[in-house]
Amino acid sequence: MRFYEYESKALFKRHGLPVGEGGVATSADEAQSLAEKIGCPVVLKSQVLSGGRMKAGAVKFADTPEEAATLFDEIMPIIVNDQKARSVLVESKSPIAQEYYVGVTWDGRRKLPVLIFSDMGGIDIEEVAEKHPEHVSQTHISTLLPFTPRLAKEGIGATGVTGAALNRLTPIVAKLVEIFLEYNLTLAEINPLVRLEDGTFAVLDGHVDMEAEARDKHAALLAELGIGEEETRQARPPTEFEIAGAKVDAADHRGVAGNVVGFDGNLGLVIGAGGGSLTLFDAVRKHGGRPANYCEIGGNPSVTKTCELTKLVLSKPGVEKIAVMMNVVSNTRVDIVARGVIKGCVESGKDPATTIAIFRIPGSWEEEGFKILAKYGVEFCDRTVSMNEAAGRAVAKLQG
Amino acid sequence: MSILIDRNTTFIVQGITGREAVSLTRENLAYGSKIVGGVTPGRAGREVYGVPVYDCVRDIASKRKVDGAVVCVPPKFTRDAVFEAIENGIEIIVIVTERIPRLEVAQMVELAALRGARIIGPNCLGIITPDEVKMGGVGGPAADTKKAYSKGSVGIMSRSGGMTTEIANTLTAAGLGQSTAVSIGGDAVIGTSYAELMPLFEADPETKAIAIYSEPGGRMEAELAEWVKDNDSRLPIVAFMAGRFMDEMPGMRFGHAGTIVEGRADTTADKIERMQRSGISVAERIEEIPGLIQQKLAEVN
Repeated sequence: MRFYEYESKALFKRHGLPVGEGGVATSADEAQSLAEKIGCPVVLKSQVLSGGRMKAGAVKFADTPEEAATLFDEIMPIIVNDQKARSVLVESKSPIAQEYYVGVTWDGRRKLPVLIFSDMGGIDIEEVAEKHPEHVSQTHISTLLPFTPRLAKEGIGATGVTGAALNRLTPIVAKLVEIFLEYNLTLAEINPLVRLEDGTFAVLDGHVDMEAEARDKHAALLAELGIGEEETRQARPPTEFEIAGAKVDAADHRGVAGNVVGFDGNLGLVIGAGGGSLTLFDAVRKHGGRPANYCEIGGNPSVTKTCELTKLVLSKPGVEKIAVMMNVVSNTRVDIVARGVIKGCVESGKDPATTIAIFRIPGSWEEEGFKILAKYGVEFCDRTVSMNEAAGRAVAKLQG
Repeated sequence: MSILIDRNTTFIVQGITGREAVSLTRENLAYGSKIVGGVTPGRAGREVYGVPVYDCVRDIASKRKVDGAVVCVPPKFTRDAVFEAIENGIEIIVIVTERIPRLEVAQMVELAALRGARIIGPNCLGIITPDEVKMGGVGGPAADTKKAYSKGSVGIMSRSGGMTTEIANTLTAAGLGQSTAVSIGGDAVIGTSYAELMPLFEADPETKAIAIYSEPGGRMEAELAEWVKDNDSRLPIVAFMAGRFMDEMPGMRFGHAGTIVEGRADTTADKIERMQRSGISVAERIEEIPGLIQQKLAEVN
């Protein structure tokens, strides 16, 4: 879950990192009074959960408080990569002598956090790594040994930085690593970290991503930052349909019937599990089908949970039929899913036989499941029919 | 032969009295696995399907040889359970639990490396050597497992537990049995990657080919492609890549915790290209896997 820049900076500030003076404005008046308070010139930055703000014109500079007010009104409506601005961050603007990049993230291959440092900050780090590899260092961090600042020093020094800059940078970089480790982050980035003309350092832009799995552990921090439990902070905000799907999943702890994502097609999908859903979604599209949604069932959800998910998918505007498909199941019981989807159809006032385009879930308790499906006249297939073929049959039914 | 486990492998189940662990124990025993004990603190003296329950791993590991552990404890307690298994000399640890923060996974993996233990998972269904043993929930009830898996010479590695069985089932239907199938887990940081299992398959005379299930996110496929090239692998590999639709949806998480497109290297397009360049065949559909394997085996011979 991604943090807004102002939230990232609030976290950094808590831990003593040098964040410039500033505040968040939600109106032109607020922007103006913040600019007055901080003193011009100021920078105004759109608060969106996306990069590419500069390119989109969502970062601007004001020389007077009045200009700050005008620029606020210009910045707020700008959509950056499909994201609306939440507010505008107003910060003091100081003359910069040098820009650095500092990031901490996970290296899945080495299975360790990695500190990435460059003395060429402010631009895309991947580009720097490609064109000037000698200006980018990677330092892996043990998760068992206590972290000490010498790793930060080595990472900084590896790019050729020495003297006062090395000694001033080391505690800042070390602190960022500590924040990364303490809050279960998947990314902690300062780009750029700048040396101002007076020799001091400042965090100009910050970016933090927290692992969803660790939200509960850091509930106090999230509450302090004002991040609500309902905020998913994915690439785009959830739709009403997706929020309803999360509720279905949360209502009952047994199994999974969730991870619902809306698409604009006419074929509703009740599919599983993790990998199976990805495979089936691809298969439907490959056959020219238009999925109305993505979802995942697995871990043996209850009849009620599957029923509620089915009803939700059927209630989505434009859904004509549903396809119920999974890979060969190990733990999820075929008969329980069959009962759930049939119940969902009936409770939605629809005939399971015409509503369920195909039922392809082979595996445990399949004989019992197939009996129930046969009774309701639902077309089903066993493991001799591939996932791909089942998806093709469902698509053909909608087209025919 | 096989990799990781065979009919003589003894293992324990940590968290054995939990609902899922109880069925896992029943299914594994019914398939012929040698479960020599279980651990749930405070429940010493009980039995689960005849398997004695202990308070600590030490209480059994000090008495007899224990090769492996299946860890089925809630995410909050998983790190402690895995540390306990490692420090008591257990060498192969299957972590079934999902939703463990990756910092803790990394700590377990780091300790395992120090002690010479191997972790499979987390967020996986475990390992199966067909007709001999299974360790974990892979395949479900014994009768269902027997329908999908058969003994043979194809090794399977999969980031999805369910798709491990789907692929095995497809291979079995085509008359291709499996040497060992490993559900490696769906998280961003896992104990053992494709490339780390390859030397084991390479050294197993029974294994003649490899089938892989793969997804967007991470660098595991790139790592495999490099390994195959650098080591001039004798094994023909056929991969299936799911989640192609995700290439158009950066930043969205689907399927597993590790499945997200952030940079270009996370996309299926990039992974497919890398794998193909290293000589790995990429199947468009699951049902193409057996044919591609047979074709590649024919070329080798």
